[in-house]
Amino acid sequence: MSDRVKAKRLDGSIPVWRSLRFWQSAGQVGAAVGIAIALGVLGDNLLFNLEQIGIRLGFDFLGSQAGFTISDTILPYTPADSYQIALLVGVVNSLRVIGLGLILATAIGITAGMARLSANWLVRTIAQIYVETLRNTPLLLQLFFWYFAVFLALPNAASPLQILGWTLSSRGVTGWGLQMSSEFASLLAGLSLYTGTFIAEIIRGGIQSVPRGQGEAARSLGIKPLPTLWLVVFPQALRAILPPLANQYLNLAKNSSLAVAIGYPDLYAISSTTFNQTGRAVEVMAIVMVAYLVMSLSISLLINIYNRSIQLVER
Amino acid sequence: MHPRLFGWGAIALLALCSTASCARLSSKPPTAPGQAETSSKGRLATVLSRGKLVCGVSGELPGFSFLGKDGKYQGLDVDICRAVASAIFDNPQAVEFRNLNAKERFTALQSGEVDILSRNTTYTMSRDTSVGLEFAPIVFYDGQGIMVKKASGIKSLAELQDKAICIQTGTTTEQNLTDRMRQRGLSYTPVVFEDVNTTFATYSEGRCEGVTGDRSQLVSRRSTLPKPDDHIILPEVLSKEPLAPAIASGDPGWGDIVRWTIYALIEAEEMKLTAKTVTQQSTNPDPTVRRLLGLEGDLGKGLGLPNDFALRIIKHVGNYGEIYDRNLGAKTPLKLPRGQNQLWNQGGLLYSPPFR
Repeated sequence: MSDRVKAKRLDGSIPVWRSLRFWQSAGQVGAAVGIAIALGVLGDNLLFNLEQIGIRLGFDFLGSQAGFTISDTILPYTPADSYQIALLVGVVNSLRVIGLGLILATAIGITAGMARLSANWLVRTIAQIYVETLRNTPLLLQLFFWYFAVFLALPNAASPLQILGWTLSSRGVTGWGLQMSSEFASLLAGLSLYTGTFIAEIIRGGIQSVPRGQGEAARSLGIKPLPTLWLVVFPQALRAILPPLANQYLNLAKNSSLAVAIGYPDLYAISSTTFNQTGRAVEVMAIVMVAYLVMSLSISLLINIYNRSIQLVER
Repeated sequence: MHPRLFGWGAIALLALCSTASCARLSSKPPTAPGQAETSSKGRLATVLSRGKLVCGVSGELPGFSFLGKDGKYQGLDVDICRAVASAIFDNPQAVEFRNLNAKERFTALQSGEVDILSRNTTYTMSRDTSVGLEFAPIVFYDGQGIMVKKASGIKSLAELQDKAICIQTGTTTEQNLTDRMRQRGLSYTPVVFEDVNTTFATYSEGRCEGVTGDRSQLVSRRSTLPKPDDHIILPEVLSKEPLAPAIASGDPGWGDIVRWTIYALIEAEEMKLTAKTVTQQSTNPDPTVRRLLGLEGDLGKGLGLPNDFALRIIKHVGNYGEIYDRNLGAKTPLKLPRGQNQLWNQGGLLYSPPFR
């Protein structure tokens, strides 16, 4: 008996239940099967219960007439159009606020992040107060603040406020060829100022991660402070900034769905109406999830491509 | 180190998944077989074993459903639920109310979260046929209206051309307004909210020149605005809004209970039986009264309820007229005239089939 065991050990083979590779692959296969079973049971359960109350799944409702009006749209939409067109209007409205929000939040974040490192006490303190108050209060609350306390508090449309070519009223803001409803303006302001605080902290952290010697070396070569920051420190900081920045971009995109609270017809709000009128909870939720997934993955992809292009090429 | 950890993690995940799916698998069979047999008393059996009725209401609408100063729910919609609870338990307090917004309501009903939805819901064909629910008799005949500020000088729908109108999503009013404005070729800006409070707050702030809703809702919400007298409801009625409670489809026995509870309220008003007088009818010779109150015949049996179910209902909540007067009538802040909500023999639309 001892001879056989010894022989086994000598030729290097070990029992299968002690093999690390066996357990690793068994665990992965097991997990995959388990997840598949769980999803299968949940799906089956859902279909069974829907059948009990006489509801069938299907996307044929997308072609039916939507029959509701959408206030804020840049597409030629009328209530006679189908649900799919209405949802497309929602996607475009979401993209409008996300796109502008990303640009504004980045600009605000970079400004506030650099201001927090300023040598000027006043600038530094203002930036700190901005970051700490807006970062630590709920976004929904801020949106209500912007909507009810700022934009709806403007004079009504009959006697608007005129400042520097801008016309401000509780209906919205127009000027310089732009036209924004109060709902859009509140959402944009809320989203970009809130996300801007997180970006500011990321920018500050990124700048501080660059060794001091870099800035000092630039200055000793006679480069002025602003170009030092822009040409020497910032490009190096970018490598530390980009990955967490991508998270904030994704957060902004997903938070845009809070639009429904202040009456801006974004994708989520229009899906809500669609779901209500058709009762198709499962299908509408699936469409919304896929749409947000595609938006988020596209943002990730773009930032990852950019991130790869600025990585240090090591030799 | 790292790969081994992952291996263990995967096993743990597997264990978790398998227990979860086992739980699901074992929980399903009791509902699957014998469905036809149990469905006739399915929801009633659930309610009886729970010991109380779960009722979905708005909770935001004075006169229909809202929290009174004493912390108890009040209103017409609330009293319908109390009537059903009285029929089943002989106790109008055996109800748990759930506040649902316009969007959540049908899902809550379909998923069995609530036994009955009594939430100023308009009875429409598509809701009846494709949303998986079934309507009880209409308890309030309403119509859609528009409220504007008196100071705006707006007197008709046509004057709302190019103006903003606040709307609550998930309501028939959203579609009706679109239809009416399209029909007249008027353009307008809808500002749509999910929450009824936000809808009226936004109107109150002046973002919208008008706000639309069922006329009873407008009257009710006007009473909660800072200066109720500054707002008027335009005379135009945009649509028919028959409001009715609803239950999930596929349970005819439960539907019968809700349906005949409501008819009992209407029938009692027609027979002039009130909460006070209904208990003194034991010597009443009228056979229709005796049958309704279970002194004769066995009408309760068909519902799976005691024979005196109608007596219990009227004893605890009163007849339809009493419910109306208590919640919406001249003595309330809403002061809604009965209008179409009179009995059929007084020029209204309320009509109960015979209790026979």
